[in-house]
Amino acid sequence: MSITEPEARAYEPVIGLEIHVQLKTRTKMFCGCALSFGEEPNTRTCPICLGHPGTLPVANAEAVHFALMIAMAFECDIAPRSIFHRKNYFYPDLPKGYQISQYDMPLARNGRLGDVRIHRVHLEEDAAKLVHAGASGRIHGAQTSVVDFNRGGTPLVEIVTEPDLRSPAAAAEFGRLLQATLRRMGVSDVNMEEGSLRLDANVSIRPAGEATLGTKTELKNMNSFRFLERGLSAEIARQEELVRGGGEVEQETLHYDPQSGGLTALRTKEEAHDYRYFPEPDLVPIAPTEAMLERARAALPELPAARAERFERELELPGDTARLLSFRSELGDFFEEAIEAGDGDARSVANWVTNELPARIGGADPADTGVEPAALARLVAMVEAKEVSRSAAQEVLDVLVADGGDPRAVVDAKGLSRADTGELAEIVERAIASNQDAVDKVRAGKAQAIGAIVGAVMRETKGRADGGEVQRMIRERIGS
Amino acid sequence: MIERDQVLHVARLARLRLTDDEVDRMAGEMSKILEHVEKMSELDLDGVEPTSHVVELQNVLREDAPRGSLPRAQALDPAPDVAQGGFRVPSPGQG
Repeated sequence: MSITEPEARAYEPVIGLEIHVQLKTRTKMFCGCALSFGEEPNTRTCPICLGHPGTLPVANAEAVHFALMIAMAFECDIAPRSIFHRKNYFYPDLPKGYQISQYDMPLARNGRLGDVRIHRVHLEEDAAKLVHAGASGRIHGAQTSVVDFNRGGTPLVEIVTEPDLRSPAAAAEFGRLLQATLRRMGVSDVNMEEGSLRLDANVSIRPAGEATLGTKTELKNMNSFRFLERGLSAEIARQEELVRGGGEVEQETLHYDPQSGGLTALRTKEEAHDYRYFPEPDLVPIAPTEAMLERARAALPELPAARAERFERELELPGDTARLLSFRSELGDFFEEAIEAGDGDARSVANWVTNELPARIGGADPADTGVEPAALARLVAMVEAKEVSRSAAQEVLDVLVADGGDPRAVVDAKGLSRADTGELAEIVERAIASNQDAVDKVRAGKAQAIGAIVGAVMRETKGRADGGEVQRMIRERIGS
Repeated sequence: MIERDQVLHVARLARLRLTDDEVDRMAGEMSKILEHVEKMSELDLDGVEPTSHVVELQNVLREDAPRGSLPRAQALDPAPDVAQGGFRVPSPGQG
């Protein structure tokens, strides 16, 4: 079979993302209604966000500020002057018959996050929420719907990447970096389940090594990174099968159902994409002043990518650990405070903060638990100084997380300090005497039989001894 | 020159139902508007910024401070149909 046969070719996916981020302002984009967090429907509306005739929108200064911060975080070129456009279409979630968005003069262009180029960043308003009130509750089965305008007019930043992603896993990884970055900046809750972070993906395939792009399809509203990855994999497989079978990919919008793993085409009317954009006459241009830019620059914290790099370079943390500490910035903050307290080696402290701590607190912020960063650092230092065994230290951490306090006090109160060598020697002696069977096996070459003796010692010391040291002492004593 | 089917396309987008006579009339009027705009391209406009707004203002921004919303009953008052505290509408996509 020749390499040019379609069925023998290797294909590479080309993926770009379109991301919508709800900004964490206090009020809506163009009116003074407070943002809604699960309030009763239609209790956060006014004549402006309901689109009553004769009302005038005025842009929210804080939304512009957040958008500028985002543009800067992604190293974009910020437009000296950008304008709003009306994007016209009819849908019940859009009271004015148009969405105020940005079109050919967006706030910012040409940025990057990690190795992915950012095409553009712009500001717009969110649509209202449609609750489908019909029998089946699904769009096509329902007879009527109920519109809740609480969400309508919420400030959104739309971020469009260049098609620089080459695998579903890379797309998900980029999404996580973006989420961590925006969360760190405090400009959005970036919660995919609640819809404050929404992802659409464009995907096409092409023979590996070719430069031209294939026809792309769009996957709408992927509501977790896991589903994004799975949906993309399913769509890439579908396109490959289609092309290998001699077919052609059709440009369409698809919905991925994570339950069934199936992809269904969304019905789109041909003219639906004829948005007849025109400049919004009710809003004036945004021309960021030096003061606005300076304020945005000053508000930017150290971002996760830079922080991870610093942890790797300055503290010589492994890449995975550095990334986890940066992506979960509350763990990173806790870690840095612990390091500043001066006790404990950075790598060991990082290890405890990224493994033992999440094992106990899950996704919670350690600042909301009893354990103080300095206390954890002291505990790690005690383990290093062999004042307490690793397993006893784990028990101490349980107490610290639940009740707080000082690790040394917990060790003393619970009698967890490490068994001293004399005491340990006696215990080892007893364990050997009562496990003669295991001793014989070890001597006969069955090395793993030593586990029974070690276990006996650990039980006796209630974990106050170090497993490695116990093994060494047993081996010495029985001469194996 | 605007053709009849272009008028019908725009009418469909704007959800307007036009009679045959109206379609002809609109085709004529819309053509005239375009001709008028066409006339402007006779001018040398190199280096002239496109006008997006007639007043010379920029950065008209509001402080991010809540101003209170309408009571729900008042918000829903003009609605032709109300259910479950919301505006009831025919479900989209029902043709």
